[in-house]
Amino acid sequence: MYKTPCSRLTGVWKCLLRDGLLGVSVQQRLIANASRSHMSVRSLIQLCRKHQTEWITFQHFCFLKRQYVKSSSGLCQRAGPKQEPVASVLDDRDDSVVSQVQQIPALKPEPGTAVPSCDQAEPEAARAARLEARQWKELKVEYSDLPGIYARLSKIKLTALVVTTAAAGFAMAPVPFDPVTFLMASVGTCLSSCTANSINQYFEVPFDSNMNRTKNRPLVRGQISPLHAVSFALACGIPGVTLLTLGVNPLTGFLGALNIFLYTCCYTPLKRLSIANTWVGAVVGAIPPVMGWTAATGSLDPGALLLGAFLFSWQFPHFNALSWNLREDYSRGGYRMMSVTHPSLCKRVALRHSVGLIGLSALGPVLDVTTWTFPLVSLPINLYISYLAFRFYHNGDRQNARKLFFCSLWHLPMLLLLALTCKKRHVPQDEAAVAPSTPSLAL
Amino acid sequence: MNVKTGSYLIFRSLCCRGHRQSASRPPKHVPRRTGFSPAAASKCDWIGPPDRLSNLRPIIYHIPENETPLERTLRHLRQDTEDWSHEFWTNQNFTFSKEKEEHVRSQLSSKGLSERDDDGRKRTLSSEEMAVFYKHFLDKNMTRHASYNREWYGRNFTITLLMARVALHNTWRTLTGQTRGTGREKGKST
Repeated sequence: MYKTPCSRLTGVWKCLLRDGLLGVSVQQRLIANASRSHMSVRSLIQLCRKHQTEWITFQHFCFLKRQYVKSSSGLCQRAGPKQEPVASVLDDRDDSVVSQVQQIPALKPEPGTAVPSCDQAEPEAARAARLEARQWKELKVEYSDLPGIYARLSKIKLTALVVTTAAAGFAMAPVPFDPVTFLMASVGTCLSSCTANSINQYFEVPFDSNMNRTKNRPLVRGQISPLHAVSFALACGIPGVTLLTLGVNPLTGFLGALNIFLYTCCYTPLKRLSIANTWVGAVVGAIPPVMGWTAATGSLDPGALLLGAFLFSWQFPHFNALSWNLREDYSRGGYRMMSVTHPSLCKRVALRHSVGLIGLSALGPVLDVTTWTFPLVSLPINLYISYLAFRFYHNGDRQNARKLFFCSLWHLPMLLLLALTCKKRHVPQDEAAVAPSTPSLAL
Repeated sequence: MNVKTGSYLIFRSLCCRGHRQSASRPPKHVPRRTGFSPAAASKCDWIGPPDRLSNLRPIIYHIPENETPLERTLRHLRQDTEDWSHEFWTNQNFTFSKEKEEHVRSQLSSKGLSERDDDGRKRTLSSEEMAVFYKHFLDKNMTRHASYNREWYGRNFTITLLMARVALHNTWRTLTGQTRGTGREKGKST
């Protein structure tokens, strides 16, 4: 049974029974305000204008009709006497109203509203959620929600992926596995990633509000204040970088701090200025495995750079495919992405780097990171992603972009896992560990 | 003709907002577009649903009884930034939709197709054809976007710094046992 919280309706409800037949307008809030503050018809008109787009984009007409029929039972009497000025005011602007329907169809529909379809069986939960989203809420912190808020602020899933790549870098390093250092490196990387993501969200509040993908972020919804977000970022970043510097080694600490800087101060502003942001973002993604390696060995070896190169190259099919289907949002939000401004470059780069992964895999045995089996066992998945990248390059449609994106999601963990299983087992000799560059004479 | 009426109405409301902004420096608290007012006993700020035009969430700021000058500056700055942002995004979204429709219409007419197909549904262009428009829109508005970014970053920093100062100031007052008792006769300041 549909329960209408009538007192909380904020939109204009309009029912058009037939083409040209103007139905009754019920404007609950408007009427309540009018009676309370003795508004003149003129200000009523102004409010109507401001609310025009609200109900036009808000509800499909037949859904509105149903709502009106169900919800007006309590409102009929009150709405009756007030309707004449409202209806007459709207009457002579019916044409402009209709034209506005045609004119602003692309304004983003509210989350959960079924604008195109007249869904009879809209689930109760979805309807309740949608109405809940239309409420005004107090701007104060709900302490019980804080863990969830922090998780979303720090983009916990992305952070988990970053820590996984750092752990893979640590595990691939040709030194005995030290669990304490491993733990400290993982925690430090996790905290650094949380910092970077929080600051990113802090910078991007109005842009996130306007994109479908990001409009439910904590700062956009006002669940915490900007100051709170910055404090959280500092509370993560300072211990994180300190842990990396003092608990692991200064090189790893430096890389962590560098990554935070690159992500927040280079990548985030560049997103709106130039397509170079994608390359900077790829470097940001490449640094965590390098950090893992340097945490284990303490030095920047070619093996570390190879792992970084894997991540760098992987970013392009991943991100270019993702951004291909978000072109409208990016354009409206003012983001300068290859997929919008240089579409052919976007496809070319994705293909180039997918094929490049095959070459990089071949470098594994050359640099003594993996055995010769690695290029062979990784060939099927590398060929598959290259094939999808080629299809994307050739067709350039949404379907192929989506396929490439989803492939990239499992391709990377698989590649790292294969590398780990094909890791070159070094003879655990002290001389070899101390001086890897000189040939071991102690044999 | 009706398209013009509609766009005229929207732009007039935008201009009215603009005039209000430029005419009233320092900016005063303009009653929100949605007409919502929180309960009188509420001591919090209130945040509303995303605005239809700008997708930004409006905030109604609670004015404490003895608002310090620092708090007043912060509130005004936040309100001003909100209004300025709202104006920018309303304009942006509206312009985007309008130009997108024009692009679709012109592309369809150059192909000799009507706006609606035989089933009465609106025809849409392929993503490649739309991509031309998206690129054009981005390039056309590059300078506007860049200047909005710069100003947004500046305002965001200033607001956060002010919030930090207010928080520290209030914490200090609480720690040293001072209350807001002084100047109760002054009442609400706007």
